[in-house]
Amino acid sequence: MKNKNRIDSMFEALREKDKKALVTFLTFGDPDIETSKKLVLAMEQAGADLIELGIPFSDPMAEGPVIQAANVRALKHEINLDIIFKAVSELRESTQVPLVFLMYFNSILSYGPEKFFAGCKDAGVDGVIIPDLPFEESDEIYDLTQKYGVWQISMIAPTSSEQRSKAICERAKGFLYCVSSMGVTGTRENFTTDFDNMFAMLNKYSDIPKCIGFGISKPEHIENLKKYCDGLIVGSAIVKTIAAGKTESDKINGVKELTAALKAPLM
Amino acid sequence: MENKSKGRFGLYGGQYAPETLMRALNELEAAYSEAKADPEFQKELEFYLNEYAGRPSLLYYAENMTNDLGGAKVYIKREDLNHTGAHKINNVLGQALLARRMGKKKVIAETGAGQHGVAAATAAALFGMECEVFMGEEDTRRQELNVFRMNLLGAKVTPVTSGTGTLKDACNEALRAWAARANDTLYLLGSTMGPHPYPTIVRDFQSVIGKEIKAQMLKKEGRLPDAVIACVGGGSNAMGAFYDFIGDKSVRLIGAEAAGDGIDTERHAATMTKGTVGVLHGMKSIFLQDKSGGIMPVYSISAGLDYPGVGPEHAALRDSGRAEYYPITDAEAVDAFRYLTRIEGIIPAIESSHAVAQAMKIVPEMDKNKIVVINLSGRGDKDVYSVARYMGVEINEK
Repeated sequence: MKNKNRIDSMFEALREKDKKALVTFLTFGDPDIETSKKLVLAMEQAGADLIELGIPFSDPMAEGPVIQAANVRALKHEINLDIIFKAVSELRESTQVPLVFLMYFNSILSYGPEKFFAGCKDAGVDGVIIPDLPFEESDEIYDLTQKYGVWQISMIAPTSSEQRSKAICERAKGFLYCVSSMGVTGTRENFTTDFDNMFAMLNKYSDIPKCIGFGISKPEHIENLKKYCDGLIVGSAIVKTIAAGKTESDKINGVKELTAALKAPLM
Repeated sequence: MENKSKGRFGLYGGQYAPETLMRALNELEAAYSEAKADPEFQKELEFYLNEYAGRPSLLYYAENMTNDLGGAKVYIKREDLNHTGAHKINNVLGQALLARRMGKKKVIAETGAGQHGVAAATAAALFGMECEVFMGEEDTRRQELNVFRMNLLGAKVTPVTSGTGTLKDACNEALRAWAARANDTLYLLGSTMGPHPYPTIVRDFQSVIGKEIKAQMLKKEGRLPDAVIACVGGGSNAMGAFYDFIGDKSVRLIGAEAAGDGIDTERHAATMTKGTVGVLHGMKSIFLQDKSGGIMPVYSISAGLDYPGVGPEHAALRDSGRAEYYPITDAEAVDAFRYLTRIEGIIPAIESSHAVAQAMKIVPEMDKNKIVVINLSGRGDKDVYSVARYMGVEINEK
């Protein structure tokens, strides 16, 4: 019998309590694998409900400068999917928090798609966000995601048409990653997207959990946006905090503090 | 909606682009197919190609070179004589007219050597559009003159420091910028690469080269050439020269790619020779990558061929055996640069010199009744400094 995907269990449990999820991100291997593992546990402790692990890549097309720089730092050491799977397996000995990879399709293609999804299942990776594998190209891995129970998290942008959103919703698994505003990842001061309309439309087509990401950096953002969705994603702000910490314990404490502050509006 | 990949060339192509770009790509695809079918648009494009860019470009019989090499008859397609000095203007005029038709008043572009950036800035000046060009920081140093030229034309040149600071990083940055501003901006992509519909659009706008070669050759020789040779980075001048000949099986289609210091060194950009299947810049194609799929730094004396991938249609032409691709080193390209300059009085772009070098290898082995066309994609004035540096000659113009 298949185990239930941790993403699905987590959102079900939160919905029962009428709570929203805090999703946090770090670039795995920035500054090194051991610190990243500690940071994952620290974020979980401080209230993260789902954690995205950015897989370092030479050309992260959808990332802004903060996460680009984290990729460069992570790539200074030897890092590859074998090393990352091993680290995730080790993490799984102490946490059951849902873990999702954020990565570019070339890393999967190069590793071998079947071997990759089998590796995710073995290590305990619950889903994968692939910014450069849109709906049109997702057939390339769809069967593998079903076979191994590792969900591809689909993205929706403010510019996604209704017809397109409907098609994406129909096949979406895990949660929908709703992009807050156009452009790349990175902090923004405010949001101009018409979320009322966007979510009225999405909710019409699917009751899958929906999370908003891109540009969310402060508790106020979370306070303002939580009514629309099931979860809020914070990336660059955390990566910035990791980079700013001078020592390992600075980094861990900084990330704990930020995570707790971001979680507060969701308690 | 059908879940189906669009813009495939065999295994390659597709739309490996973020969701934030899909609307812009779909709009561009719709606008282009409408424009393509509209005789008014074609007439307008032809007007600017002929009256502004100076088309048709000459097909020149290189008699000295033919006699010297002692084999096949050599013709040179003079894309270097186009306004702005390279084939890039063909595509840029097409895409800028498309931008105007779509109501976009701003354009952005990536550039390596600066040829496409200059062409984009030129079209923006002509049509009164705001233009920003992304250029690897390393390339802004190698091609300082082109940076100044773009500034004179009114374009803003943004140096890109991410990654290796070369063409591939300029492409990343242009795609990122477009994701943020697609509502009022069109990305003028400079080569037969990127997500669908770009490889098709750029190939169509460049295919004027091959159409002209065919007509000019039929007029001059009463027959088709036996080979067409072009340099390949992303592949736009080669795709433009090859496209009309794909169905003419007697015509060999030969691409020359940049081997830098040599394909057995770590410093080259020989994608076809050393690359493997991957996904980057919105397309599936052949790329130079490490074991983990990281895109490798590439090197060539030619900034325009300094790209770790190749357009998807070229990858498909290679797989089917319809086109052949060979590596040319810096040393061979510089020799060819000097050779053509001395023997014909034509200074070729260092990019195009790779095609000249490939011709110098095969022409002597061919019968005298055979005909070879070299697509001379650009002029070499911009490269005089780097060739001097390569030769150890110091030039001071202060």
